[in-house]
Formats: sequence, structure tokens, C-alpha cells
Amino acid sequence: MDVNTEAKRILAVSISKLYASRSQRGGLRLHRSLLLSLVMRSARDIYHSAYAQAAAEEAAAAMDREEDKEVEEEEDMEDVFESETDSEDKENMNPSRHSRKRRGNTSAAPDFLPSKRARLEPGEERHAVLLGAVVPLGAMGLGSCRVGESLNAFSINRVAMPAC
Amino acid sequence: VAGAGGGCNDVQWCFSQVKGAIDDDVAEADIISTVEFNHSGELLATGDKGGPCQPAPVPRGVQRVQAPSRATNPSSDYLKSLEIEEKINKIRWLPQKNAAQFLLSTNDKTIKLWKISERDKRPEGYNLKEEDGRYRDPNTVTTLRVPVFRPMDLMVEASPRRVFANAHTYHINSISVNSDCETYLSADDLRINLWNLEITDRSFNIVDIKPTNMEELTEVITAAEFHPNQCNTFVYSSSKGTIRLCDMRASALCDQHSKMFEEPEDPNNRSFFSEIISSISDVKFSHSGRYMMTRDYLSVKIWDLNMETRPVETYQVHEYLRSKLCSLYENDCIFDKFECCWNGNDSVVMTGSYNNFFRMFDRGYRQDVTLEASRENSKPRSVLKPRKVCTGGKRKKDEISVDSLDFNKKILHTAWHPLDNIIAVATTNNLYIFQDKLN
Repeated sequence: MDVNTEAKRILAVSISKLYASRSQRGGLRLHRSLLLSLVMRSARDIYHSAYAQAAAEEAAAAMDREEDKEVEEEEDMEDVFESETDSEDKENMNPSRHSRKRRGNTSAAPDFLPSKRARLEPGEERHAVLLGAVVPLGAMGLGSCRVGESLNAFSINRVAMPAC
Repeated sequence: VAGAGGGCNDVQWCFSQVKGAIDDDVAEADIISTVEFNHSGELLATGDKGGPCQPAPVPRGVQRVQAPSRATNPSSDYLKSLEIEEKINKIRWLPQKNAAQFLLSTNDKTIKLWKISERDKRPEGYNLKEEDGRYRDPNTVTTLRVPVFRPMDLMVEASPRRVFANAHTYHINSISVNSDCETYLSADDLRINLWNLEITDRSFNIVDIKPTNMEELTEVITAAEFHPNQCNTFVYSSSKGTIRLCDMRASALCDQHSKMFEEPEDPNNRSFFSEIISSISDVKFSHSGRYMMTRDYLSVKIWDLNMETRPVETYQVHEYLRSKLCSLYENDCIFDKFECCWNGNDSVVMTGSYNNFFRMFDRGYRQDVTLEASRENSKPRSVLKPRKVCTGGKRKKDEISVDSLDFNKKILHTAWHPLDNIIAVATTNNLYIFQDKLN
């Protein structure tokens, strides 16, 4: 399993453990919550850097394709000038031209995270990924780990925790 | 003397006794949560998650004292006074000053002092009462006799003497009695308090690592212990794998450590779970006070108090689990908190593992052995056979492969008699006593 896939899996497992620990008898255990958060942070960092790298590579590849497309269009134009009668057949016989489409961001948000909105703009999708994968200590209620208490509200965004 | 005359492989450990239910259907209340010999080795205390207690005599004069917990079984009416309701995290015996024995027990929030008394005789032959306690009709009394003490089955009783409550916001993980026999410390995730054994309504906070903003929390306290000889010195371990030694003479609040023991992480072993497996689950001073031992998830380390930069000895308990950390994270086993203990002369250390295995490491002879606590090996005086885990390649006969290990059978708590080669090993709900064949 490559590191990125493992990071994603560990993040999913960690989040489910976090949810489960909120309802266990005796309330949140501070030590366990801290360790969970450290694992999630490691996995998030790996996932984030892999995602950023993939996005950068994707952008670079898209740039290359743009250049290729411009070159192709020039070639097409030359073909058209060369042979007007066969242009349609050439297009039909070379389906790869139609397939050279710029691929959009089809998998911006990881599928294991709950989506807060039905649709997001491409730029906001990436932002939501980072926020969703980051679960700061404060959001996990580490400030209120008393026996018998449990978190009443859980938000993916940062929350201010009351002082003990 | 325990350990003298040969390495741990020369000692033949024999089954002596087992206490607890035979079937695998373990009630939560029966899970053993702590095991501790007293200073003379005559008494053994166990704590559990709150269930009926069955104290029973153990050979060689070691008495098993079931630490106080909720008595749900009305038949054990001699324990009615015991009222600890939740899982007992730790038990610590007080040094014996007179005939009575005292111990401290703690659950998540409250510490209690108990007096342990033993009764092996009872008076018989009263003139005015029957043997069952009913009063006789005075008209039937025609002779006078002197009541005498007659032997009876040994009964061990524990009665609560003091309650030290309301001093901890977070979950208590340790208690430790000071060598001055007057004070003790209690530690939770973020704070350590100092108590006087006589005073229950007041304690002093001596360590506080709680950050102003809890979002900045990076480590918690996992264990703490007083030095066995120096009443001003104690250590506490952290979830980051560090140990801090503090001197109470330096200041009232010991936030500044005198020494910090930390081993740099091996970058080759870095993984998602590096922080979890470096968290220290137990710290124990040697009897001499020269060394201390720490237990993290995969290893036991011996530290010389004079050297902070790295341990002097490291023993791998179950290194074959390093490649399984992801699975152990998923099934929560990676959060298991194993304890460790020294033998009487600090030559051998012991700790538990999975599949009901426990490990001993002889420091002098550089030997180690893996043994198993199981009902199958529990014939009287039967010698325990060393076990071996096959880590790869062809599995030899009698070896067990890593994938066959039962991770539900874990030994978290062990104790070694202070003077002899007698050990107490707790599986989930059974307590095994093993002793040296020579004894």
C-alpha cells in the first residue's frame, strides 16, 4: 500500500475512533485523544503533501497538454490546408484528438470525509480538504476531559475551548 | 537471593496457583487491573474493575488480598465495608511500621487508604453466648469456663481508613509512597499532587504541565514514582517518551526538572505511529535507586540516573510487532499500557506481552526468556517451557507465528516477590503464581 493510501486509511480510522471515544463510558481520555491527534496530524501531513504534489504535477501536466494542443491545432490547420476533402475522415480516424481534453478536478475532496456542502468551487474544494483533515486539539475537546463529561458539539473547524 | 547463581534461563519456573474464572467469558468487573506484593512479600494485593472478592491463602505464606472493590456478591459479607466502585488503577503498599498493614489504592479520581488485617484465630467457649452468637438463657449456665482462641481459616480483611478526594481534574494514573513514610504523590494526565498520609482535605500541587491554551497540549504525564531512598526525589514519564527527575528541595513547584532523560528517535524507524509507541506506560526505580526502568510499547529500557542522554540497556519485548503497527492501531492494542517490574536484587526485569506471554530479561547474563501463563500449563509443579515466536521463514515445531498470536490475551500487570523467585502474573481475569522449582 503506498504511503498516500495508507495515510488516507489511517485518517479514516482515526476519525472513527475519535467519534467512538466521545460516547464511551468515563468520558474522553486525554492521553488517548492526544495520541489519536498526533497520528492524525502525521497522516494529514503526508496526505496533504502528497495531494499538493499531485496537484502540482497535474497542473504541470495540464500546462504541457495545453502546449501540445496548441501545436496540434497548428498541425490540424496545416492538414486542413493540405487536404480539405479528407478532414472529416481524418478526425474520425484519429479519435485521440477528441480525447485530448483537459481533465478537471474530479477527485479534489477525499471521499471518506463528510462533505459540508453539496458542491464546492475547485479552489474551495482544496481548502475544505485541508480543513477537514485537520482536527486541532481544541476541536476534540481536550480541554474538557473530565470523567462523566462528553463533548456536546463537534465541529471540523477550530473552536475555542473553555479553560479548565 | 532471587536471581543469584545463574541467569534467568537457569531458573525453572513452576506453576504454583491460579485464581479466577476458567471460562473465557470475562465479565468487565473481573478484569485484573493491578498486582502488587507488599514489602515483606507476605501479602499480594490485586485490584480489579469492581467485582466480588475472594481472598484466599497462597502457598509459602503469601496471602492474596483482593483489593477493595464493590462487593456485588452478598455471600462475601465479610467484605461489605469495601466500597471502591470503579476500576482500581494502582495499589501501593505502605512500609510496615507495626503489626498492621496499610495500602493505598486509587481509581480515576479518588485515593483511599486501607488497613489490612488478618485473622486466623477466633475466640470460642463463651459462657453467655452460643457459638453462633445467640445469647444463652442465663438459667442454663451452670459452669464457668475461660474462652480460648482456636485456629480458623485465615481471613483477610480490608477496611477503609482515609479518603483523599477532589484533588484531580484528570484521570489518576499513578500513586507512589515516599520513603519518608509520611507523604505520597498522586499523578494525573497533567498534574502531580503531594499528600500527607494523615491529612485528607489538602494536597500540594508539585507539577503542573497544563498549558494555558489546551490546543497547545503536546504531552501528558503517564507515570510517576518517588525515589526509593531519597525522599526529595521523584520522576515522571511522559507520552513523548521522556522522563523528568525532580528535586522537591529546589522549589515548591517542580515544573523545572533537575534531569531529563530522553533517547533520540531512530529516523529509520519513523512511522505514523512513532509517537504512540514511544509513549512510556510505566516507570519503576530499581530497589537500589541507582537505575530506573521504563516501558514503552515495544521495549523496556534501563536508565542510569547519572546519564540522561540514552538508556544503558534496551530490551526488545516483541519487535516483531513493529511491522504490524497499523493493525494494532486499528484494533486498539497499540494503546495497551504494559507495566514492568524488577526482581529483588535488580538483576532481572519482567514485563508482559500478548498471547499471555511474559518476558524476563537477565541484565547480567544477557539472557531473555518468553513464558506463557495458560491453563494448559497449569498442572501443579509443572515446569514452564520457554516459548518462541517465529518471525519469518520456516516455523519450527513449538514455535508460534506472529499471525497466530491472540491479541485479546494480554499480560499488562506482573509483580515479583521482593525476596524470592516468586512471581505473580495477571492475564485478563486470572492471576497466576509461579515460583522457582528449587523453592
